[in-house]
Amino acid sequence: MSDQLVYAMEVFLNGLMAGVLYALVALGFVLIYKASGIFNYAQGVMALFAALTLVGIMDGQVPFAHLINAMFGTELHHFGWHLPAVVAILGTAAVMVLLSWMVQKFVFRHLVGQEPIILFMATIGLAYFLEGFGDIMWGSDIKKLDVGLPQGINAWIDNVTFNIFDYGFFIDNLDIVATVIAAILVFSLVLFSQYTKQGRAMRAVADDHQAALSVGINLNFIWVMVWSLAGFVALVAGIMWGTKSGVQFSLSLIALKALPVLMLGGFTSIPGAIVGGLIIGVGEKLFEFAIGPMVGGATENWFAYVLALIFLVFRPQGLFGEKIIERV
Amino acid sequence: MKKTLATMALAATMVAGPVMADLVFPSMSYRTGPYAAGGIPFADGYADYFTLLNERDGGIGGVMTQVPECETAYNTEKGVECYESLKGSGGLVYQPMSTGITYQLIPKVTADDIPMLTTGLGRTSAKNGKVFSHVFNFPANYWDGASGVINYLSGENAGDLKGKKITLIYHNSAYGKEPIRTLENLSVKHGYELKTIPVDHPGQEQKSQWLQIRRDKPDYVVMYGWGVMNQVAIQEAANIRFPMENFIGIWWSGSEVDVLPAGDVADGYKAVTFNGVGRDFPVYDDIQKYVVDAGKAAGNGNQIGTVMYNRGIYAAMLAAESAKTAQEIHGVADITPSMMRDGMEALEMTEEKMTSLGFPNFGPAFKVSCENHGGDGLVGVTQWDATAKEWKLISGFAPSDAEVIQPLIDEDSAAYAKEAGIEAGCK
Repeated sequence: MSDQLVYAMEVFLNGLMAGVLYALVALGFVLIYKASGIFNYAQGVMALFAALTLVGIMDGQVPFAHLINAMFGTELHHFGWHLPAVVAILGTAAVMVLLSWMVQKFVFRHLVGQEPIILFMATIGLAYFLEGFGDIMWGSDIKKLDVGLPQGINAWIDNVTFNIFDYGFFIDNLDIVATVIAAILVFSLVLFSQYTKQGRAMRAVADDHQAALSVGINLNFIWVMVWSLAGFVALVAGIMWGTKSGVQFSLSLIALKALPVLMLGGFTSIPGAIVGGLIIGVGEKLFEFAIGPMVGGATENWFAYVLALIFLVFRPQGLFGEKIIERV
Repeated sequence: MKKTLATMALAATMVAGPVMADLVFPSMSYRTGPYAAGGIPFADGYADYFTLLNERDGGIGGVMTQVPECETAYNTEKGVECYESLKGSGGLVYQPMSTGITYQLIPKVTADDIPMLTTGLGRTSAKNGKVFSHVFNFPANYWDGASGVINYLSGENAGDLKGKKITLIYHNSAYGKEPIRTLENLSVKHGYELKTIPVDHPGQEQKSQWLQIRRDKPDYVVMYGWGVMNQVAIQEAANIRFPMENFIGIWWSGSEVDVLPAGDVADGYKAVTFNGVGRDFPVYDDIQKYVVDAGKAAGNGNQIGTVMYNRGIYAAMLAAESAKTAQEIHGVADITPSMMRDGMEALEMTEEKMTSLGFPNFGPAFKVSCENHGGDGLVGVTQWDATAKEWKLISGFAPSDAEVIQPLIDEDSAAYAKEAGIEAGCK
C-alpha cells in the first residue's frame, strides 16, 4: 500500500474524530432550535461560560473576586478547596440550569410570538452579555482544565497500525473519549425524547406550540428544560475543547465550527448533527491533506463551508432536516 | 451669572499661573477578545511603569504622565478608531500592539507628525527610518526573531544546519507570514530545508497541521503564533511526542499563558525574546513599593514578572527614555509629539543606563538613528521550566544576520517608498 494512501487513512480517522467534536457543539444548537425555533447564537459562549464555571468551582475560585476586591478593598481570590471533577461537573450543571431558567424568565418569556429574527437578535445580545459576565465572574486569564481525561497518542492503535502498515497512526486519546461521550450523549438524548413524558412533550412543543399548549403542556417548563439540556451539552463541549486548549475566550469561537455542520446535517435532527459533523470533519481534513499543500494550506475553515453549501444546493433543509412545505 | 463664572475662571487661571500639561502616553490595549490573555498583562505593565515614574520621580523631567487607555480588542478597525479618538489627547507616541493596526496607522501617524513604536511587531522594513520617518521598531523585529532562531539552532548544531529540516508553523495573517522570506533566504545560506504550514485564525483546531509535521519528521519546528494557536500547538506537539526542546517560538509565542495550559508536557519549549524574564530586577522593588503596595497598580499585582507584563514595562521604559531624550534635545519639559519623534530617533540604550533604571540585562543595548529605527536586532532565547513554572534566559542577546536581513529591509522599504510616493531621506 502506498504511503499516501496510508496517510490518507490516518487523516480520515482523525477527520472522524474532529467531526465528533464539531458535532458536540452542533448538538446544543439543534436541541434549542428543534424545541423553540430559536437559532441560539450564544451556544459557543455557553460552552465557554460552562467551562469557566467548571474550572472556577473545581479550583475554588471566588466568583466576581476582582469586582468585590475593587469595591471593598478585600483580597479575596480562592476559597481554598479543590473539588473532584465529578462534583464540579454537577455544580456546573446546576449553574447551567439556573442560567437557563434566568434566560427563559428574563428574556424569551417576554419575546413569545415575536419574529424568529428578533429571537435570533436576542441570542446575539445574550452571547455578548454572557461573554462579559463570564469575564467579570471568573476573570479573563487562560485556565488549565484537567478533569482527568487522557491526552496524547493512543499507543495501542499506534502499535497495531504499525504492525499492519509499517506506519503507526496517530489517534488522540482525548478524541476517542470524546467519541464515546458523544455516542452516549446522542443515545441518551434520543431515548429521552422518544421514551420519556418530558421528551414527548418536548417533541410536541417542537411540532406546534399552540397545540402543545392546548393539551396542557407547560411551555415555560419545556423551554427551561431544553435550554438546560443545551447548557449541559455546552458543558460537555467546553470540557473537550477546554482540555485541548485551556479555557479561554477563543472557546466561544468553536460555534463557527458547528455552523457548517448544521447547514449540512439540518437544524432539527440530532443524528443529523452527528452525521454532519463526521462529513465536515472528514471532508475538511482530507481536502487539506490532498489539496491544501497545492494552494498554500489553511483550507479547513473555508472548505467546511463550501462543503456545506454544496449539500445545501441539493438539499436546502440539510441531510436530516425536516422539509418545510408552506401552502398558500 | 455667565459673566461672573467667566471672571472667576479667568482669575483662577491668573492665580495658578501657567500650568504644564501632562505628558500623554496612550495605551491601545486589548483587555477583551480572543487575545486578552496576552493583552492584559502588557497593558498593566505599560500603565504601572508610568505610575511608578509619577509616584517616585514626579513624572518625566518634572512633568507628570498620564496613560489614557482605549480598547482595541486586537481588532484593526477598532484600533484605528482608538488612534483617531486618542489623537486629541496629545499623545506623544502610539504603541498599537498589533501588526494589523500598525499597517493601517503608518500613513496616518506620518501625516499627523506623531511617532509610533512597534516593539517586536509591525512592518519590519520600518527599520529604515529614511522611508518610515515616524515608525520605530527597536530593539528587534520579526526578521531579527527569525534570524535569532536560526542563529541559535546553528549554534546547537556546531554551526552546521545543512540537510536539517525546519518547519515553520505560522498564524495565517500578515504577522505570521512576516518571517517566511527571511527564513527562505536564510535556508539558502545555511542549507536547511524549509517547510511552511499555516494555521487559520484562531487556531483552535490544528490536527491536520500536526499530522503533517508528524509525517514530515522535521528536526525543528519554529512557531509564529498568537493567542489560542500557541496553546493548542504546544499541546499538539506534545501529543505527537515532538521533542519540546526542538520546538521554538517567536516572542509572541513565548509567555506563561502559552505553556501553562499544557502543563508538564510543555517543559523544555523555547522562545526567542528581546526582553528579560522573571521579576529579579531592582525596578520591581520600586513597582511593588510605589505602585502595588500603594494600591495604584493597573491589575491586581499578580502578573508582575510574567513575560507579557515585563514586555509592557519595557515598552513603557523605552517610551519614557525617548521622552527624556526629547526633553534634552529641545530643552523643554513639555514636549510635543514631533519632539518625541526626535527623541526616539536619538535614543541610545546602554547597559549602564538600563542598570541605573533598575533594568540590568533586561534587554539588549542599542542605538537608534535616522537610518536605523530598529536598533541592532539582538535577541536572546528563553526556555520553559514546567517544574518551576518559569521562563529562563538560556542565551545572551546575540545579533541577527544583518547580511541577509538588511537587503530585505532595503528592498521592502524601497517598494513602500515608491508606492507611497515618499522621497527617502533624513529630516
